[in-house]
Amino acid sequence: MTITLNSKIPAGSINDKWNNYKEDAKLVAPGNKRKFKVIVVGSGLAGASAAATMAELGYQVDVFTFHDSPRRAHSIAAQGGINAAKNYQGDGDSVHRLFYDTIKGGDFRAREANVHRLAEVSVNIIDQMVAQGVPFAREYGGMLDNRSFGGAQVSRTFYARGQTGQQLLLGAYQQLARQIGLGNVRMFNRTELVDVVTIEGRCAGIVTRDLVNGEVVSHSAHAVVMATGGYGNVFFLSTNAMACNVTAAWRAHRKGATFANPCYTQIHPTCIPQSDPTQSKLTLMSESLRNDGRVWVPQNPDETRPASQVPEAERDYILERLYPSYGNLAPRDISSRAAKRSVDSGRGVGPLKNGVYLDFSDAINRLGKDVVEERYGNLFEMYERIAGENPYDMPMRIYPASHYTMGGLWVDYELMTNIPGLYAAGEANFSDHGANRLGASALMQGLADGYFVLPYTIGNYLAPMLNKPIPGTDHPAFKEAELAAQARYQGYVDIKGTRSPDYFHREVGRIIWDYCGMERTQQGLEKALSELPALYEEFQKDLRVTGDAESMNQTLEKAGRVDDFFQLGMLMCRDALEREESCGGHFRAEYQTEEGEALRDDEKFAHVAAWEWTGDSTKSIRHKEELNFEAIHLATRSYK
Amino acid sequence: MSNHLKNLKLKIWRQSGPTEKGHFEEYVMPEISDEASFLEMLDVLNEGLIGENKLPVVFDHDCREGICGTCSLMINGQAHGPERSTATCQLHMRKFKSGDEIVIEPWRAAAFPIIKDLMVDRSAFDRIIESGGFISANTGGAPDANLIPIPKSVADAAMDSAECIGCGACVAACPNGAANLFTAAKISHLNLLPQGQAERYKRTEAMVETMDEYFGSCTNHGECEAACPKEISIDVIALMNKDYRKSKLKNRKEISRS
Repeated sequence: MTITLNSKIPAGSINDKWNNYKEDAKLVAPGNKRKFKVIVVGSGLAGASAAATMAELGYQVDVFTFHDSPRRAHSIAAQGGINAAKNYQGDGDSVHRLFYDTIKGGDFRAREANVHRLAEVSVNIIDQMVAQGVPFAREYGGMLDNRSFGGAQVSRTFYARGQTGQQLLLGAYQQLARQIGLGNVRMFNRTELVDVVTIEGRCAGIVTRDLVNGEVVSHSAHAVVMATGGYGNVFFLSTNAMACNVTAAWRAHRKGATFANPCYTQIHPTCIPQSDPTQSKLTLMSESLRNDGRVWVPQNPDETRPASQVPEAERDYILERLYPSYGNLAPRDISSRAAKRSVDSGRGVGPLKNGVYLDFSDAINRLGKDVVEERYGNLFEMYERIAGENPYDMPMRIYPASHYTMGGLWVDYELMTNIPGLYAAGEANFSDHGANRLGASALMQGLADGYFVLPYTIGNYLAPMLNKPIPGTDHPAFKEAELAAQARYQGYVDIKGTRSPDYFHREVGRIIWDYCGMERTQQGLEKALSELPALYEEFQKDLRVTGDAESMNQTLEKAGRVDDFFQLGMLMCRDALEREESCGGHFRAEYQTEEGEALRDDEKFAHVAAWEWTGDSTKSIRHKEELNFEAIHLATRSYK
Repeated sequence: MSNHLKNLKLKIWRQSGPTEKGHFEEYVMPEISDEASFLEMLDVLNEGLIGENKLPVVFDHDCREGICGTCSLMINGQAHGPERSTATCQLHMRKFKSGDEIVIEPWRAAAFPIIKDLMVDRSAFDRIIESGGFISANTGGAPDANLIPIPKSVADAAMDSAECIGCGACVAACPNGAANLFTAAKISHLNLLPQGQAERYKRTEAMVETMDEYFGSCTNHGECEAACPKEISIDVIALMNKDYRKSKLKNRKEISRS
């Protein structure tokens, strides 16, 4: 298969591109839309909003989720907020500023045209969600309230207590539920994608496995949307939900979709540090806490006094010292590395000396406990439940953890992968956040893709297919994929080795975290690339899955997902090794400034690396999409 | 540093399928850190079972942050266990002592049939939302978000109801297996907001009637409120009942036809 990466960026100035696109896009007449079947995989913000909107328009939509209900998708766990260039605060915000902040936050590694469109439609998202009944925080006069997030000098973040993701997801879920009730959407719960089927160069449908009875079934469609989230669980310990996985995106990759920038992973600075070896996941504390919390460590590595007894003069407020103009709201990658260096230098806090303080005592003195409780009450309770300490009395302890993945399936301006008819939306694609995502931008992107981009772009692809037959599920390609999937899952059961999928997941996660985590080196990555294939071989020989493939078997589900994490992990390390620069979340120790900041190489690496599957992910082929910056100038990212 | 609990006796409901006969199985957990969460304790148990070539215990869980609503266990007879306003996934072993016997069962309600072991089917909740738990607002054409001011107290009250995570603890805790707290939380979230007024009575009627198809009736025990990990107040049920009564008295369907 020859790979062509045509980004299809429309003509015109950056301000006109999206309008120009919409004016030129082909349309499907209302009465004809019902002749098209669209499959949406995933029911998070991107999936639910895309499915609901396409169903409203009249398309036949089938939605698949491995959850027991579409309302469980992990978008629900986003806490802090959603950005939009509304400028309700009159503090100088604009579409251009949101666009610029997002490009700069991503360390100049995102595609300009996509990011500008994101900033443009951000304002529509807030209008839409309010119309649906999302109870955003309000001021006493009844107007919407905003707060500030990392990497921005304006207040443009809308929020619903510390549960913004929940409220937005429930909003999108309710719109989806309405369409299910009307019979416009068929919903498949507890059903996992196990393969993507391409026939004559276009995506013809998918193969799924029913998690309750193990049944493998094919579904054909005119177009397929992957809204299947990110791959942060490759690290084993992450803030992702337990079931988040890369399988759907990876299966698409194996069928020819290129996978872009897998090494761009975000490590979130404010998570609760690991406390015990049995720990299964890490919990995020919203970045919004950094509006009022101050990050510090004791000057003295041997400090033993409780935090409140360490005098001001003996504290190092690391972010305020290093980045005075953004202070505690420096972007995530920068804040994470500052915390890591403090812990590495022996100044970590807590019983395992594996965290830094996030201290609210100044905010409590300044604003009063009531105001702090109003703003962050539920986050403080959550912290106390997990860590067993009361953050009103003692500073929180925080440490970075894997949180979000900027890399993903390569898509063009229309959000179509290089396989015609196969789209990727939300965290599953790579397009808008470059090498680092700003806080409160994931919710924005998921909803932008689903509500305001895909419903326009998909018609452009479907229109010429009107009244032309598409292959049904009786086509041999579907049968072949079904047999392969059955064999794959039966294969895991038949190994009958000695180690569980979780054992292997922990081991892969450890290697990836150590060598492809917050700081990467050539030597480390090469080491990972020699250790991973050996461990993968062990996985293939020594895996143990008890039970069978014909009933509910969570161990078997996990085995398939870990298998795909192995293959993705190897590609991540390859990508990190080949990208000989530091940018955003990808920090190569060899490429840093004297002050320890990321050192980009725009001459050689101002491009997207899109990988082609060859059958072995240590031998994937690297393709390039050059990034051309017309509206902004490449600059060194400084938050000082 | 963490302390360790020793010799926990676990009595866990095992049932291989929806129509199979279930039973309690006893396990001993020799040692577990008090920093571990309840579900991490079950992870350790399951790793051990796989090690012994046995079938691990099936249970629903996902975010482990108390927000997705997937986890669902009756722990010593209490939905989500002993800690107030805490979902199972946020319950930690520091709430237990060495030597404790812990009985773990699935949600017990006729409307939530068991799939396997501790996993149940809660799709009846989705049917309720599908029948009216939304504001009909097609994408595109929404007016500016600040066009209709919403008093802070109203937005806050709507948010209090909207926090429901749809876990089903209210149903599991109710002696009648009623879903009134779940249904009323969604109804009051939407009926309180100005945007929700157009469909207010139609929504209430449709959701209440769908609820009645699947679930038992409310007799004001108040167990639902006590079990709710989000502490949603039983007051919302009064709001729902008021709107339901109004919708019937006003007979709005008739009026709209004339």
